Amino acid sequence: MPSLGSDMEAGTLVEWQIKPGDVVHRGQIVAVVETVKGAIDVEIFEDGVVDELLVAPGTEVPVGTVLARIRSAQPGEVAAATVSEPQPSPARAAAPSVAAGAASEGAREARDRLKVSPAARRRATERGVDLAQLRGSGPDGAITVADVETAAAAALAPKPAEGRDLAAMRQAIAAAMAHAKREIPHYYLAMPVDMAPALTWLERRNADRPPEERLLPAILMVKAVAQATARFAEFNGFYRNGGFEPSAAAHVGMAIALRGGGLVAPALHDARDRDLDGLMQDFRDLVQRARSGHLRSSELADPTITVTSLGERGVEQVFPIIYPPQVAIVGFGAVTERPWAQEGHIVVRRALTASLAADHRVSDGHRGGLFLAAIAAALQQPELL
Amino acid sequence: MSDAPKPHMIQTTYREAMRDALRDALRSDPRVFLMGEDVGRYGGCYAVSMGLLEEFGEERVRDTPLSESGFVGAGIGAALGGMRPIVEIMTVNFSLLALDQIMNNAATLRHMSGGQFSVPIVIRMATGAGKQLAAQHSHSLEGWYAHIPGLKVLTPATVEDARYMLAAALADPDPVLIFEHVMLYNLEGWMPVRAGAEPVHQARIHRTGGDVTLLAYGAGFHKAMTAADQLAADGIEAEVIDLRSLRPLDDATILASVSKTHRVVIVDEGWRSGGISAEIMARIVEQGFYELDAPPVRVCGAEVPIPYPRHLEEAAIPQPEGIVQAVRQVLGRG
Repeated sequence: MPSLGSDMEAGTLVEWQIKPGDVVHRGQIVAVVETVKGAIDVEIFEDGVVDELLVAPGTEVPVGTVLARIRSAQPGEVAAATVSEPQPSPARAAAPSVAAGAASEGAREARDRLKVSPAARRRATERGVDLAQLRGSGPDGAITVADVETAAAAALAPKPAEGRDLAAMRQAIAAAMAHAKREIPHYYLAMPVDMAPALTWLERRNADRPPEERLLPAILMVKAVAQATARFAEFNGFYRNGGFEPSAAAHVGMAIALRGGGLVAPALHDARDRDLDGLMQDFRDLVQRARSGHLRSSELADPTITVTSLGERGVEQVFPIIYPPQVAIVGFGAVTERPWAQEGHIVVRRALTASLAADHRVSDGHRGGLFLAAIAAALQQPELL
Repeated sequence: MSDAPKPHMIQTTYREAMRDALRDALRSDPRVFLMGEDVGRYGGCYAVSMGLLEEFGEERVRDTPLSESGFVGAGIGAALGGMRPIVEIMTVNFSLLALDQIMNNAATLRHMSGGQFSVPIVIRMATGAGKQLAAQHSHSLEGWYAHIPGLKVLTPATVEDARYMLAAALADPDPVLIFEHVMLYNLEGWMPVRAGAEPVHQARIHRTGGDVTLLAYGAGFHKAMTAADQLAADGIEAEVIDLRSLRPLDDATILASVSKTHRVVIVDEGWRSGGISAEIMARIVEQGFYELDAPPVRVCGAEVPIPYPRHLEEAAIPQPEGIVQAVRQVLGRG
């Protein structure tokens, strides 16, 4: 069960889209999982052949539970699978390497002999719980009475309703934001940004396009942030295990408010390398799927920095909270016409206030100011974005 | 503990409680006498019998030569002759010199005489580490004595038991060994005023909890209570049981608690291999296997002669931090 954000503790497997023997490729959607953020399409990280599905649909399991086993794809085996021969025997699967064979036999034996406490084994018999379906939380991963009770209760509980459980999502947001405010020493900076060049350029570009191809200002902001992270790596990545892990790619999370309450911040992948039209297409797709509840697992787990724009609500300046384990979030307020002093004159400009909340364990205000300035500068030359 | 007066309770120290118990015994039964090294003029190596020589005289508070085998043997003879001797051995390590008398005579005579003789002797000794007295004065060998049929082994951990266990031991027609942990003599506490001892071979639940059972005795009991306080701050409710008696063991209380919590940590300052903790664990597994939700864990003394330097001495015996860690381990939160 992949972690789809630091606020996720468990997920319910809704359906499998693969079966044992299927050849799978990295990025393929293999399962649908119900979380507090709605139904998520889970992608697989490896190429291979599905060996075994370990979790039955309808089961809620903690993050980190093994959902299925795949064998790494050997050319011979892939061929065997595609011509629908009977499933390769374990011996054949192990053929390429004796060592690998021994390891997989050992793993099989360990699986066969479950670690179950004596009390849990007795309780499972009483409650009719299948121990093979459980994951242990006791010492050495042993199944305990509590694990059996949880499974027995889950079997009795009504199936989760379709769609999102807003109360659960509120709890998840509460946990993540409380964690952020407790653990992350935020600092906040704000900077006025002249939006006239960007908006003028955008209006000209959108003028002769049908509505579905038009660019939104938000896309320019995302691209400007993504570009700025190339020179300011300390705002892009994760703070984990007591240290900062910078990310080479810029996966920009977009805070998207959901109808009925709550929000998600899925990633626009590789935002630095995508052109504006591509980003816009991704963004529309993301918003639509976020609201219908079909985000992909990587979109929820990957964001390396987040952008939140509350300008449409008339907000002048955002004071955002970092979504852990990220280290920065950039906020954009409303574009308003405002007096702007320039070369000794007061002029009226369309402008907004950009703000940055960043993790002081990783960066300092000096660099934060330069980072915001780089974002502002990028928005002065939209044609280069 | 608050210093405010409490109805029917008195505040005392473990040392004073023990002295009151001795005084009571000497007053109430003319057959009772106390003997041992330095118990008279010096007032006891740990000042337990201070003032008793002056109060009861040389006949009843007797200083002995440095000859454990000799004076324990004399005590056994006196017991056979109808007296009720209380023999003090300065420290458990020295009791080994009297082991022949304790095991081959005191513990066996009832059996070997076909029930014709009994040996109503009480042997008190100091046990345990913590006073930087090094390896010849600091061991915890009460578990060894608990191995021997014919003996009873008591380990008072509270001022109340220091006060009342002695009378129960004297009332027993067979030999009783009382182990007084050296770190407890200065312990202060409140105790109820009562006419006599509670049944001394019953373990006592001092703190109830549903997550894990902590079994301990002697000084280890107080460390278990400290650990339970720390665990409670973490939302883990430990049930802390003072075993009080190592022979016989109160299997019923132990098993009832384990059947409730399903997890157990045993604290024993003695060495792990072949220790009393091993016996307790074996009984739990024999009688309560299907109640266990995690393997039982022991927190024991390190298997070294107790070192002299303070930091090494502390590291060699159970401490609250180690008990907390062991509890986290049995809860799968290690």
